[in-house]
Amino acid sequence: MTEILLDVRDLTVAFGTSRAVEGLSYQLARGETLAVVGESGSGKSVSSLALLGLLPPRAAQVLSGQAMFGGTDLLSLNDAELRRIRGRRISMIFQEPMTSLTPVLRLGQQLTEGLIVQEGLSARVAHSRACEMLERVGLDAPERRMRQYPHQLSGGQRQRVMIAMAMLVQPEILIADEATTALDVTVQGQILDLIRDLQAEFGMSVLMITHDMGVVAEMGDRVLVMHRGQKVEDGHVSDVLARPRAPYTQGLLEAVPRLGAGAALRSAPRDTAERRVILRADGLRKSFARRNWLGKTQAETHALDDVSFDLCAGETLALVGESGSGKSTTGRAVLGLMPLDAGRVMIEGRDLRDFSGSALRQARRHMQMIFQDPFASLNPRLSAARLVGEPLVIHGLARGQELTDRVADLFRRVGLDHGHMTRYPHEFSGGQRQRLSIARALATGPRFIVADEPTSALDVSIQAQILDLMRGLQQDLGLAYLFISHDLAVVERLAHRVAVMRAGRIVELGPTDQVLHAARHPYTQQLIAAVPVPDPALRRNRSALAYDGEMPMGPLTHVAPDHLVAQ
Amino acid sequence: MITGTQDLARDLANAGVVRQRGFWRGLLASPSGVIGLALVGVLIITAALAPLIAPYNPLQMAAGPRLAPPSLAHPMGTDQFGRDVLSRVVHGARLTLLVGTVAVSLSLVAGLALGLLAGYAGGWLERIFMRLVDVLFSFTEIVIALACLAILGVGLTNAMIAIGIAAIPFYARITHSVVLVEKSKPYFEAGIAAGAGHMRLIFLHLLPNVVPTLIVVATLGISTAVLAAAGLSFLGLGAQPPQPEWGFMLASSRDLISRAPWMMIFPGLAIALTVLGFNLLGDGIREAMDPRQRRRQ
Repeated sequence: MTEILLDVRDLTVAFGTSRAVEGLSYQLARGETLAVVGESGSGKSVSSLALLGLLPPRAAQVLSGQAMFGGTDLLSLNDAELRRIRGRRISMIFQEPMTSLTPVLRLGQQLTEGLIVQEGLSARVAHSRACEMLERVGLDAPERRMRQYPHQLSGGQRQRVMIAMAMLVQPEILIADEATTALDVTVQGQILDLIRDLQAEFGMSVLMITHDMGVVAEMGDRVLVMHRGQKVEDGHVSDVLARPRAPYTQGLLEAVPRLGAGAALRSAPRDTAERRVILRADGLRKSFARRNWLGKTQAETHALDDVSFDLCAGETLALVGESGSGKSTTGRAVLGLMPLDAGRVMIEGRDLRDFSGSALRQARRHMQMIFQDPFASLNPRLSAARLVGEPLVIHGLARGQELTDRVADLFRRVGLDHGHMTRYPHEFSGGQRQRLSIARALATGPRFIVADEPTSALDVSIQAQILDLMRGLQQDLGLAYLFISHDLAVVERLAHRVAVMRAGRIVELGPTDQVLHAARHPYTQQLIAAVPVPDPALRRNRSALAYDGEMPMGPLTHVAPDHLVAQ
Repeated sequence: MITGTQDLARDLANAGVVRQRGFWRGLLASPSGVIGLALVGVLIITAALAPLIAPYNPLQMAAGPRLAPPSLAHPMGTDQFGRDVLSRVVHGARLTLLVGTVAVSLSLVAGLALGLLAGYAGGWLERIFMRLVDVLFSFTEIVIALACLAILGVGLTNAMIAIGIAAIPFYARITHSVVLVEKSKPYFEAGIAAGAGHMRLIFLHLLPNVVPTLIVVATLGISTAVLAAAGLSFLGLGAQPPQPEWGFMLASSRDLISRAPWMMIFPGLAIALTVLGFNLLGDGIREAMDPRQRRRQ
């Protein structure tokens, strides 16, 4: 029997009258990784914040429980005593590395502060220890990094710095709270590898809090599934993922989109013969220039570089890529929300530039958009009915009783109740808000919809419902989607064709099955290899992540009739 | 008031949505909100019922002996013309409320229009407008008010207009920064994508999301306007005799401060309590509108 490092018993945390965590018990052995998994509101983060006394004071209350760590009950300690444990014996890394680092201090100062103040090391020793650790977490030129500020690093680099900071004190437990959620999938793979390597090297225990079953399978020895503040199931990762006992876990696992399983769920692609192109992007270019105060261009970034594709009626074309690849920029450009430097957007054969101001506004009824953040994209001061009816009013398509009827019909279509019409956006859940967005986009009967990461802010079970809804609407109404996503498994469920973008260029474009299962471009292969799969038997092939050669970024050439790859 | 307007604006803009029910509960839960509401309430009731409350006509000379100290007949004493100070203070509440609301409405409407237009339009219009605002901002409000009075001539009406004009840059700048925040939110782009025209974008999407912030600022602004009006009247540029304006009452008591301190104490107290009331109310509204603050309760 291995040594039990942390023993949590009957932990109950309340926010006001509602219980965020109820009667939670678990044990963490030395050197083990426990994955705590659950959807939003499951209490997975609250339970670990409670251990370190990091809950918002006054608002949250620990009602009962014990957390034995090395012979002391963490929950009984006062703040000063907790500080001696926090950041020394138990370290924590958070989801958002930008906000977890102080923006105004150099990294060196932030890294060494703890060592100097808490461990009493001299500045010089602390500096060299910090440099070593930066090198250990895979950052080049550690001496230079020590003098940099957080904003000078990319998201992945910042998360490496956070890990270095957490590891410097050689903690016994590392708590990673959604530590890779905000990162691109290839970077996520690297960070997960890093945590696992460090764990093996230093023999620490890891408490991995995540919503992602793929990460669980990737990292966990044991898994604890939480739902509405309670433990639903726990056990070895391989057991729980292969043979989930609790119905909730079964449902959760079923909802997880798996790469390779989505093809069956897609709507049948339209026959090639009746393909009617409704949107054609032709050589789109856009660069953002940073200018100095005299207006001279100092640096240019190419957000879009010669992007061309077609979208046919009733078809879904997915744009996939990592942050900064230009996929969202493309989406905004084809809707005419952003001026282009060069290239043409043709809507049903008409150049978007030929539309003048008011004609463009009228043309917008044929092209609509669904946004990523379902809360921010709904005006908080308009009622749900007003929001959905707004496009109808703008385009003068309905008024009076007809307007009410059509809005009610739209609500029914997207699975919202009639009674929801008078509510305001904040009174809806995330999934319902996204349904509202979809209803709004459908109102004018558009030919195509640009959907920019419509499911990435949602829990997996809700995500599946929204994808089903979108697919159903496509079949009924013959809609075309330009579906922007970073999630390949989601893309596989919906898209007929996939365009992979990198650094503002399309590097591979073809039918979904060919691109995802017979990828030709090294970047596509890397993306696919990096996707965590919710099956511990299929842990990632780590060698595929390391591609050292130069990525071919040239013009697209045919490798099969419909399949193009950058050379 | 000048420093930190950007911070204030950002805070308020982040605060986002006001919900009607939660708003009143939030306001009544904050001590400053309750005290502010009470003080402002007393001021409004006093102003509304002034003829009923005041024991004498505020302009009636020799209502009692000259320079009589506070007594039962004249609770706040009398002035050098034998007018009842209490009656004058009570009627002064009307003028004060008038000055505060008129001046603030003027600067609010003009500032809102300028800030909205500049923020929405962007480009050269924005640059010109906002640089102009910056220039005006570099003068103290009272200096601009004095300049306006020099053009318009003295008098209480002109003082209200002058104070209103002087505060426009302040409101324009706050509106502008709130508009920039709101414009960057996806719902605004969603409006464009839906095909909404300029008017819809401005009046349906931006304005309703900007106004709550400006309400807070305006509440705080009333106290500034009241103070400025009292200051101008004290200098003899605002209210003219025999108007019972508090600042003017202070000015006319200046030579008699040792013989009849009550002539100064009571109008001064009235000004102080009014300013305090509006400030507390503004703070209370701000707290009530901030969901982060409310969650903590």
